[in-house]
Amino acid sequence: MKPAPFEYARPGTLAEALSFLTVDDAKPIAGGQSLIPLLALRMAAPKLLVDISRIAELKGVEFGSDYIKLGALTRWCDVLKNPQLAVQHPLIVEAIGHTAHYQIRNRGTVGGSCSHADPSAEMPAVAVTCEAQFEIKSLRGTRIVPADEFFTSVLTTTLEPDELLISIRLPSWPSDRRYAFQEFARRVGDFAMAGCVVFWDEEDGCCVNPHVGVFGVADTPIRVRDVEEVLVNRPVTTNVIVEAVSTLQRIVIPLDDIHAPSAYRSALLGVLLERALLSASSCQRGQTA
Amino acid sequence: MTDVAIGLTVNGQPVEVSIEPRLTLATLLRRHLRLTGTHIGCEHGVCGACTVIVDGDAVRSCLVFAVQADGTEVTTIEGLARGEDLSPLQAAFQKHHALQCGFCTPGILTTMHALLNEEPNPSEDRIRDVLSGNICRCTGYLPIVEAVLEAAAAYRKEARS
Repeated sequence: MKPAPFEYARPGTLAEALSFLTVDDAKPIAGGQSLIPLLALRMAAPKLLVDISRIAELKGVEFGSDYIKLGALTRWCDVLKNPQLAVQHPLIVEAIGHTAHYQIRNRGTVGGSCSHADPSAEMPAVAVTCEAQFEIKSLRGTRIVPADEFFTSVLTTTLEPDELLISIRLPSWPSDRRYAFQEFARRVGDFAMAGCVVFWDEEDGCCVNPHVGVFGVADTPIRVRDVEEVLVNRPVTTNVIVEAVSTLQRIVIPLDDIHAPSAYRSALLGVLLERALLSASSCQRGQTA
Repeated sequence: MTDVAIGLTVNGQPVEVSIEPRLTLATLLRRHLRLTGTHIGCEHGVCGACTVIVDGDAVRSCLVFAVQADGTEVTTIEGLARGEDLSPLQAAFQKHHALQCGFCTPGILTTMHALLNEEPNPSEDRIRDVLSGNICRCTGYLPIVEAVLEAAAAYRKEARS
C-alpha cells in the first residue's frame, strides 16, 4: 500500500458530501485517475477521502436552449460516446479524444480533471477557450466562476477545501462554427507538450467571434486575446495566419521544464496554431478536417 | 485507520472482505484473493499491466481503491478462460505469438476483451489507439494487433447469437 492512511466516506447525496468536505483535511475523489497517483507518490495525504462517485445529482449531460451542462461526474468515455454531444459540441469531443488512454477514460471525469488543474490537460483548455462557467457548491452556498478565473496556477484552482465543482456549463455551439484542436505529445495519450484550441464563426468570408486558447505552455490554460484581435473581421488567409503565429509567439513565452525548453515549446506552439488555423479555415462549414 | 467492509463479485464468485481504504483493487486481488494473474507494473496508471474489468469497463486496478469497487462485478485475467479451454482471444494470442515475457499480457487481454465485447468490429487503428494504454516491451505490438483482429470474429459471432 503506497498511499498514506486515510479514512473513507461514500455519501449518497450531494448535501452529505458537502457536509463531509467541511471536515479538516478532507478531499473529494471521483474517478481518482489524477488523485490516486498523487496519493501513491505521497504528494497528497488527506485525512479523509470523500467518494462522490455515486452521487446521481452530479451525473449526466444536459442540453439547454443556450447551453450544454456537463455534470462533474461525466466521464471521458461518456463524452466520447454521446452522439448528441458529437453534433452539438464537436470541439469538446475532438479534444477529449486526446485525453489519456482507454482505461483511464472509463473512470476519469471532467470535474476531476478541472479540479486537478494540470496545465497540460485538454478539458481545462476547452473550458477556458469556450468561456465555460463552473458551478461550485459548499454548505455556505453556490457560486458561479468563469473558467478563466477558476484556474489560478499549476494544480491550483479557486476551489476552497469545503467546495465541490458541480458542473461545467458551456455556451451552445452553432452548427456551422469553424474549429480545430491541436496538441503534440511524444506518445499517444500522454500530457501534451503544447496545444491550442481555436474556433470562430464566419460571416461573408470573414472571421467573427474568434477564440484562441493555448495550454501546456503556462501555469494555466490561457486565452490569447491578442491573437484573436489579429483574426477578427478578416478572412483567415495565409498572411493572417503568419501574423497570428508571430503574435502568439511574441505574447506567450512558454515555461521550461524537463520535457522541453521554452524556445522549443514556442516553436511547437506556433506550428500547432498554424495547423489549427489552416485546418479550421480550409474545412467545409461544420466539418472538421 | 478504520477498515471498511465491502462485497463484490470477482469472476462470478462473491467476495466479502474488510480492508483498509488505501488498499488498491490490484492489491486486493493479488494479496487477499491470491489472483496473481493481475500484474502490478508502475502502480500509478501508466503501464496498463494491472487492467481488470469492472462492471464491463476496462480500468486500471492500481487506480481504483478496493473500497470503490464495493458492489461491482470484477473480471480478471483468471475469469477469461472457459473452463480448461483458452478463450478465443487467448487462443489467438497463442497462435500469433502475441506475448513473449508475458508480464503485460493479462492487462492487454482484459483490455481487449472489454473492447471487443463493446466493439466487436474494431478497425486496426482503433485497436492500436486502445492498445496505447498498455506498454509491451517485447513484441513490438504487431502480433498483438493481428491476434485481436482475428479474435474479433469470435466476438462478432457471439454478439449475433
